[in-house]
Amino acid sequence: MERHFDDELKQLNTDLLTMAAKVEEAIRRSIESLKKRDKDLALKVIVDDRVIDELEVKIEEEVIDLLALFQPMAIDLRFITTGMHINAGLERVADLTVNISQRVLDLADQPLLKPFIDIPKLANQAQYMVKSAIDAFVKRDEELAKKVILSDKEANNLRTLIVTELISDYMEKDTTTVSRAVPLLLITRDLERICDHAASIAEDVIYMVQAKVVKHHRERLQSG
Amino acid sequence: MSVSLNNDELAEADVRNDTGGEVKIDVERFNFYYDMFIALKNVSMQIRRNTITGIIGPSGCGKSTFLRCFNRMNDTIPNIKYDGKILIGGKDIFDRDLDVVDLRRRVGMVFQKSNPFPKSIFENVAYGLRINGIKDKNFIAEKAEQSLKNSALWDEVKDRLHKSAFALSGGQQQRLCIARALAIEPEILLLDEPASALDPIATSKIEELIHELKRKYTIVIVTHNMQQAARVSDYTAFFMLGELIEYDVTNKIFTNPSKKITEDYVTGRFG
Repeated sequence: MERHFDDELKQLNTDLLTMAAKVEEAIRRSIESLKKRDKDLALKVIVDDRVIDELEVKIEEEVIDLLALFQPMAIDLRFITTGMHINAGLERVADLTVNISQRVLDLADQPLLKPFIDIPKLANQAQYMVKSAIDAFVKRDEELAKKVILSDKEANNLRTLIVTELISDYMEKDTTTVSRAVPLLLITRDLERICDHAASIAEDVIYMVQAKVVKHHRERLQSG
Repeated sequence: MSVSLNNDELAEADVRNDTGGEVKIDVERFNFYYDMFIALKNVSMQIRRNTITGIIGPSGCGKSTFLRCFNRMNDTIPNIKYDGKILIGGKDIFDRDLDVVDLRRRVGMVFQKSNPFPKSIFENVAYGLRINGIKDKNFIAEKAEQSLKNSALWDEVKDRLHKSAFALSGGQQQRLCIARALAIEPEILLLDEPASALDPIATSKIEELIHELKRKYTIVIVTHNMQQAARVSDYTAFFMLGELIEYDVTNKIFTNPSKKITEDYVTGRFG
């Protein structure tokens, strides 16, 4: 039976996908601004975050209305509550791209500390994980969600590698590099946090599809 | 915008400023009495065209009395009185020269318990047209089919139109009553607990139907099921002890009501 409630759910889905597209674009731009030391692009990320903030509030209101007015059950309930988590997660990712862009502004007028090799790798990992987590949400794909969660380890390894290098090879050896190394440390932490949010979205997708809680219990990913 | 009334002040519940829609029913300082008992106190509110307005409140709050005022169904009860105004389409329905039969033609009603006539499915829908003087058989057949389609019943009954209406399930009988009300093309449809005797599936069908019908009709629904009011209504009015306590867009009433007493009711703290 057709339900007019389904139209409301479709609207929520559409708005979440719009949110995801805007956040993916913010990630892409912030990384691009870092690689090209492009202050204008970094500023654009910072300014455009307001649009994402407004969309987050709009989606949050939609979710509250759906919960209050329709008393959703089962998959409908899981979709709506997952949507609420994903919405909050995406907004936090957007905030992290703002942080990255602000550090790009700090660095843009200073000489490059070192050629970017591992930070772009971590950035690629962050882009892959966010995109895949959203794809898993769109396709209700539990297997893809699992892959995203498991790939978080690579992000953590890269983060450790970059941080160790910046501290041991630069900051400890030459204190004059600190002002250029610290923004890179912060960018690294922000990229790794983006990966964490993507993994968290993937955990929510598994809950939505299977009603299985894998948050804080990654061993459950192995069992069916 | 949110409004409540108390004994000291009159605040007019005005939904016109929300979206600028045409006011279909305009209630002005309306009081209603059963003998010495005041059932409705100084109620003022506007109901916009092509919207669904839910009326909620605890038993005895006056919600059904209020609904029955719109087509003057209360006139049949002895020792009632009222004052104030109810305008439908700009005309006072209590004017002496108003034709009550014509009013009830324009303002259809469906009750809690389905009440089909002891006739065939087809004749139930055709009856209203016939007593309104329509004799053209083709016209009646077309109108009956259209009404049954509009009430989402046609596909289930098209092969047994001449069987007794009593052979239908409770949910089907209720949709037949809606079809019967729609056949004479009312402007307003009043629904008094239309799904309270139905199972969840039949209730869902009625709710989907109500949602569809608002394209053509102005709908006022009384329900003691708050969740139903939340699901189907564009606007919700909360009544208590004969007073209109709060009237607002439905999501406001159910997510952030202006009055504590409304909040206590919708959260189940009393009632």
